Amino acid sequence: MALPKSSIGLATKALAVLHKDIRSEFRSRYAINAILLFGVTTLTVVSLSVGQTSLQAPVYSALFTIIMFFSAMSGLAQVFVKEEEAKTAVVLKLTSDPTPVYLGKLVFNFLLLALLEIIVAPLFFVMTDAQLKDPLLFIIIQLLASIGLAGATTLIAAIISKAGIKGALFAVLSFPILLPLLIGALNGTTKALETTDGLYSAGTELKLLISYAVVMITASVLLFEQVWEE
Amino acid sequence: MYTLTVENLARFFGPRLVFKEVSFSLSSGQSLAVTGRNGSGKTTLLRLLAGLSSPSKGKISFSRDGQKLTRAEYRRSTSYVGPELTLYDNLTAVENLRFFATMRGVELDANSIERILADVQLAGRGGDFYGAYSSGMKLRLKYAVALLGDPALLLLDEPTSNLDEDGKRIVSEIIARQTATGILIIATNEKEEYGFAQKLYRVGD
Repeated sequence: MALPKSSIGLATKALAVLHKDIRSEFRSRYAINAILLFGVTTLTVVSLSVGQTSLQAPVYSALFTIIMFFSAMSGLAQVFVKEEEAKTAVVLKLTSDPTPVYLGKLVFNFLLLALLEIIVAPLFFVMTDAQLKDPLLFIIIQLLASIGLAGATTLIAAIISKAGIKGALFAVLSFPILLPLLIGALNGTTKALETTDGLYSAGTELKLLISYAVVMITASVLLFEQVWEE
Repeated sequence: MYTLTVENLARFFGPRLVFKEVSFSLSSGQSLAVTGRNGSGKTTLLRLLAGLSSPSKGKISFSRDGQKLTRAEYRRSTSYVGPELTLYDNLTAVENLRFFATMRGVELDANSIERILADVQLAGRGGDFYGAYSSGMKLRLKYAVALLGDPALLLLDEPTSNLDEDGKRIVSEIIARQTATGILIIATNEKEEYGFAQKLYRVGD
């Protein structure tokens, strides 16, 4: 069985992990169902509660962030939990370098969050009386928040995947780490709801979200090998 | 020429000693059968050699032409097949092979895949989901994945369990090929299986 060896690079391996996870997910729909069910359910509860009552922008921002955060918590850990529960983590460890595994799963989690945003955000504005004053700022804030959220939660998912009480541990460990990101996302979303001054009005929030994503992803890439190998 | 050296290896689970003072050395073309009663640590030893856990004491080194391999090189040169290993149930055999080939840095074209599947007598079943395979067929596909990239060190835990006569013949061919060029370690208590190896090592005594 002599096979030609090639120099398949990091990006190709990371894409292979992403492709495999997308294919698996569309066949099982485990994480998508969990995330969307939670997102749409909480959105419905919010809509039934506040209905078309006019609230202040910070309140709408808080409601939207709560929906996104807890929906994400219900599904993002699955990238590694699924590997441990299906006992495929062992063979993945034996055959793969850690970095492409982290990067592939990071992009998968980001795509999952993007899908959640695409479905939940329009529904939020239809089902509540929230007015979006700056759609571009809103999209950029949500995009950066999703990158940071995916970066942090992918590493935390790897840490908790071997634990007994995975769900609770994931939320408990994630919350303090995600606090700066949540503050940036909350304030940035509030500004997108109440001002039309463009990106300059949310300079601080944008800087915070960009810095958070860069620091979190860099630190996660560096730490992942230790987490994955142990 | 690859050389695997194991020196004074010991493994504890909490306060319980599984084994201690395990030492041996193997070079390309050599094979070893690890035997011992249930719970003596055969699988634990193989997991240590595969890099899936760390020894409590002692050290494992793997070198090529006298040059010690890094951890990443060690991983790329080693394959492990055992009952605890599972491939992806909701991927087909071909999808599993393609995925693990990419992760091991091996390029596979359609002909290579057909040949690999034929080697383990799974020709024509590449489009079936791994989860739909019988336990014997799953083990054959695990062999196909383990042999991607021609590993220098092949670790087999109970290599023929769940296999029919054809399957056992495939394993004996794989073992013959591995011992011609690489290092082979088998963990087993089956006489038929440790008969494949040149040396015998009993753990837990």
